[in-house]
Amino acid sequence: MNVICCIARVPDTSTRIKIAQDGKSPDLTGAQFIVNPYDEFALEEAIKFKEAKGGECIVVYVGAADFQKDIRQCLAKGADKAISVQAEGALGPQGIAHLIADQVRPFLPAMVFCGKQSVDGDVGATGVMLAHVLGMPVISKASTFEVLGDKVKATREIEGGVETIESPIPCVVTAEKGLNEPRRAGLKEIMAAKNKPLTVVKATARPAKLSIQKFELPPERPAGRIIGEGLEAVSTLVGLLRSEAKVI
Amino acid sequence: MKPTILVVIEQRGEIKRASLEALGAAQRLRSEIGTATIAAVLVGADLSSCSAALKTAGAETIHVFEHPDLKHYSTETYGDVVAKVAKELDTGLILIAATTQGRDLAAAISVRLDSAYAADCTALRYDPAVKAVIATRPIYAGKGIASVTAAADPLVCSLRPNMFEVAVRAGKEATVKNHVPELPPSALRAVVTALTAAKAGMKDVSEADIVVAGGRGLGNPENFKLLEDLALVLGGAVGASRAVVDLGWRPHAEQVGQTGKVVAPKLYIACGISGAIQHLAGMRTSKVIVAINKDPDAPIFKHATYGIVGDALSILPALTAALKTALAH
Repeated sequence: MNVICCIARVPDTSTRIKIAQDGKSPDLTGAQFIVNPYDEFALEEAIKFKEAKGGECIVVYVGAADFQKDIRQCLAKGADKAISVQAEGALGPQGIAHLIADQVRPFLPAMVFCGKQSVDGDVGATGVMLAHVLGMPVISKASTFEVLGDKVKATREIEGGVETIESPIPCVVTAEKGLNEPRRAGLKEIMAAKNKPLTVVKATARPAKLSIQKFELPPERPAGRIIGEGLEAVSTLVGLLRSEAKVI
Repeated sequence: MKPTILVVIEQRGEIKRASLEALGAAQRLRSEIGTATIAAVLVGADLSSCSAALKTAGAETIHVFEHPDLKHYSTETYGDVVAKVAKELDTGLILIAATTQGRDLAAAISVRLDSAYAADCTALRYDPAVKAVIATRPIYAGKGIASVTAAADPLVCSLRPNMFEVAVRAGKEATVKNHVPELPPSALRAVVTALTAAKAGMKDVSEADIVVAGGRGLGNPENFKLLEDLALVLGGAVGASRAVVDLGWRPHAEQVGQTGKVVAPKLYIACGISGAIQHLAGMRTSKVIVAINKDPDAPIFKHATYGIVGDALSILPALTAALKTALAH
């Protein structure tokens, strides 16, 4: 069975966010872009699945051009081929899901792995939406994952505990941090990746359904203060928490 | 905007407080809009006590979908059931708590309705000029705040827990409509098969009103016992920085930050945490932040309401004792 891994391009997590002139979008000039961190866990799980079960591992990327180097890195880590869907403009999760589905259909039946959410939009919907578009079941935010014959079993953290979810395969799985330990590609693999197929496709996404009216920086907290040093400050703190902050 | 606000209720035997917060958000929007029908939808098995509890929770109508096959959450079946009732009800807005389950279900509902989805909203308001709801949501791990709106109904919004007030109890009881869900046998594919509860007595960091969090500055995993003692006295949860989770000192479920949980408790006490941008992203909207750190230049002090410069290892037991006394009075 083939396995698909979907990746997204995001500004790295230390990027300082600025507001663009129009007040409706972030100004990302100077930002470094990386593969969405959660997608690294998805890729590792996809490669492990392919190593165990055979089939091809195909990486599908949707986004701006200028990500070839990172897609090649995914090939170096163990994917067999990559498809880079270059779609401009504001992309919402449904639009992305449809673009991925269009590329993935020829490879079905296939397991599909994605990160649980991308660290720019923080929506966390693409995997669930992709599953519906492809008519597949979905397990999201998997912290553990194992294949048991024609079923898979995953666990995920929920408020107050851990859920175990089982599904027949193929299914879509979205990865939580710590699902596995992503491998590094060695020099030999990096060289070999240069010859693996990387197809570039241009596509037009369905328009995003949400429009941003305003984009702002979060409000500054009112300035706080250091109330003391060491043990002497403890009673001061308790007093303030009670009488001033009124949180206890 | 179409006249019905549909609130999706989450339960595992008991109704989640975050679902009552979503009902509260619906009530407040209704007073801004002028008029709207608030309907709640409850999905599962053995729902009689939840259904009874919901009667005065704030919705006019409660749609109950009860079936043994719905006993455990499954994105596909729950998504199908809620999307179907949303279509039948002339729905303008769908609200659901942005819990682990809720965020999945919200996405599943939106794609089935081909509708817009605003995830993890921290505020909602009705704009009469465009006759639409404007949702505020954090992006880039909260480093930016976007105000978003949809061109067409319905808009699905998942609401961040602890950001909205719980609904005001209704004077009149809601009408309960019991539905028989259509569930083809092939529908049950990815299903929750087990639920292991976390340690009893310890709240989940994303649901607690008070969080006591620790970082590398605590020195070793055993010292986290001091945090657990404080959390117990305060009735709160223990949180952790990424550094100590990566070191294996604490489980990922406790991680607060950009690649962990985003929390907004009324009180967040950060001990031995320097205050990296990625950690701040996870707790900066806490109402009151206390920082305890040996380093007076630690960035966390710039964001803390109250800071104590000192060794958390000696301060924590004293703080626990002082709070135990204070809370006893």
